Amino acid sequence: MSIEMTLQRTPDGSARSLAESAARRDPRAEPAIVRVAIITLAIAFLSIFVVLPLVVVFVEAFGRGVVAYLSALADPEAWSAIRLTLGVAAVSVGTNLVFGLAAAWAITKFDFPGKTFLITLIDLPFSVSPVISGLVFVLLFGAQGFLGPWLQDHDLQILFAFPGIALATIFVTFPFVARALIPLMQEQGTQEEEAAISLGASGLQTFFRVTLPNIKWGVLYGVLLCNARAMGEFGAVSVVSGHIRGETNTMPLLVEILYNEYQMVASFAIASLLAMLALITLIAKTILERNIDGDMPHDD
Amino acid sequence: MTIEARGVVKSFGAFKALDGVDLKVANGELLALLGPSGSGKTTLLRIIAGLEWPDAGEILFDGENALDRGARERHVGFVFQHYALFRHMNVFENVAFGLRVQPRRIRKTEAQIRARVKELLDLVQLDWLADRYPSQLSGGQRQRIALARALAIEPRILLLDEPFGALDAKVRKELRQWLRTLHHSINVTSIFVTHDQEEALEVAHRVVVMDKGRIEQVGSPSDVYDSPATAFVHGFIGESIMLPVEVTGGAVHLNGRPLDIAVEGGAAGASTLFVRRHDMLIGPADSGTLHGAVTHVRSFGPVQRAEIALTEGSTIEIDAPRDRELRIGDRVGLKPRHYRIFAGG
Ligand SMILES: Nc1ncnc2c1ncn2[C@@H]1O[C@H](COP(=O)(O)OP(=O)(O)OP(=O)(O)O)[C@@H](O)[C@H]1O
Ligand SMILES: [Mg+2]
Repeated sequence: MSIEMTLQRTPDGSARSLAESAARRDPRAEPAIVRVAIITLAIAFLSIFVVLPLVVVFVEAFGRGVVAYLSALADPEAWSAIRLTLGVAAVSVGTNLVFGLAAAWAITKFDFPGKTFLITLIDLPFSVSPVISGLVFVLLFGAQGFLGPWLQDHDLQILFAFPGIALATIFVTFPFVARALIPLMQEQGTQEEEAAISLGASGLQTFFRVTLPNIKWGVLYGVLLCNARAMGEFGAVSVVSGHIRGETNTMPLLVEILYNEYQMVASFAIASLLAMLALITLIAKTILERNIDGDMPHDD
Repeated sequence: MTIEARGVVKSFGAFKALDGVDLKVANGELLALLGPSGSGKTTLLRIIAGLEWPDAGEILFDGENALDRGARERHVGFVFQHYALFRHMNVFENVAFGLRVQPRRIRKTEAQIRARVKELLDLVQLDWLADRYPSQLSGGQRQRIALARALAIEPRILLLDEPFGALDAKVRKELRQWLRTLHHSINVTSIFVTHDQEEALEVAHRVVVMDKGRIEQVGSPSDVYDSPATAFVHGFIGESIMLPVEVTGGAVHLNGRPLDIAVEGGAAGASTLFVRRHDMLIGPADSGTLHGAVTHVRSFGPVQRAEIALTEGSTIEIDAPRDRELRIGDRVGLKPRHYRIFAGG
């Protein structure tokens, strides 16, 4: 994160080898040599830790040619993992969209007791190891778990099945939408809503005509990050999945299994899909951030 | 529509923002709410509009309890201090908003809405801005759009919270006259908040002066200016000279020396003498009842402002006509033409 920011802050005159004239103009500027050193360091760091692994993924995936790559993806087990991952992501993003909107709306537009507690609670998944999050669900729904016997009596399968994986993913990804919206909505305040109500709008009209359009980019941003995490989640899902081949393996789980079986092309082929998701997310994120800036209120 | 507030109290935590406010506004009146920052002006407006609820007291519209109804049902046009225009809607849609959200059975047709918005934009003389977004408008333009938006619902009451607060002096003056003319033509009961006294005195039929959540005085502009009811009002409205005096034995004393002025207003003990700057007459050193030396003179407009160090110790600023020649060091005598004495130091 901080590296990203260092890069963004470098003056765009860097094409002219960090022209000294720019240094004279900018009172904050460090001597040219310091800046060159810092930028080189940042680029080297990014290359080794971000670019290199990405390149390796694609090199390995296409190591035996495009045909091998495509047939690895066409494998039924791979297909099943892709479908499961998409399904779980759709459910989690949908749930967390509703939850995140509701939570951000409540927190920023109303005052109520326990508000601080709710904010803390929203952050919980960020501070708990995903493996622990998964274990919580095992303790709840497992055969020896709290609700296990009851579920068994009613023939409901949660653990080692789609519902369990979806629940674990929802838990791990629920902060994203709320977190993207709370600062934005706090910044925007309640004035426009008050204006809408005094003009005769109902609560729903106010939400759909005033609040939602004002935060739409923030919502998309939250959904994007939520989706990226939902598709990429490993730890929590690994605990509740049961690793039933062709049934309960998501893409990240399948990557690991195939890798452990030395099926390099198959493993990296699926990894390459996740890598592409990451790249697309990154680009979309940059675009959205620009639009959210436009939604922030300006002093006037 | 008349508005009446009876014993309105509103606290935020331990802090009393409104402390028993009683107020009557006549039908079609333009009332100014004047007071220092934090005196509760916005809070009172928000309670009238239904955006805030009082802890005690009543709000009556035409004699009917308004607290039964939410902001949505009160048909109050509210112009917010910071405009609160809908940022993602253009000017046209902003003004049309109140018409579009009406219940279906009374909602106007699209053609009627367009005609009404056009009419309102003409009224505020900004029909040429219909396609712009709020961020592309100047402060004065936003203010007028906010007003047009509030008027769209044909409000029974119009509340304006520091409508010209964020504008520069020249634009304020223009809009102020414009508001008065506008009010004359639509004649809806209106309250506007300001902490610019000149604005209040110039535009309003009556002025309400508030301080610390209480109403200090209600009256016509000349009432509050010429006969301030309290020391606060005298100090707040117009520029005053304030001198700490002692009222004993039927005489006014400044620093132990009796002044040649009558006791006024029934004050006794430690009091404050209030004199408007232009009501302090200036004469030769042996005249008047206060004496001092000129220490500073500035001339602007029709008057010159002189700073005078009184022999009694205080330094005061007075306004004298420009033809009265004053030089630094001149010894002068002063006598208040009009003055008020309020109890308390
Ligand atoms: N929501 C709130 N929570 C806590 N205190 C508040 C709230 N709203 C207002 N107050 C307090 O109530 C007092 C009156 O506020 P109000 O906004 O009515 O003042 P005002 O007369 O409009 O001042 P200004 O001229 O600065 O706008 C202030 O001291 C303010 O801090
Ligand atoms: Mg205010």
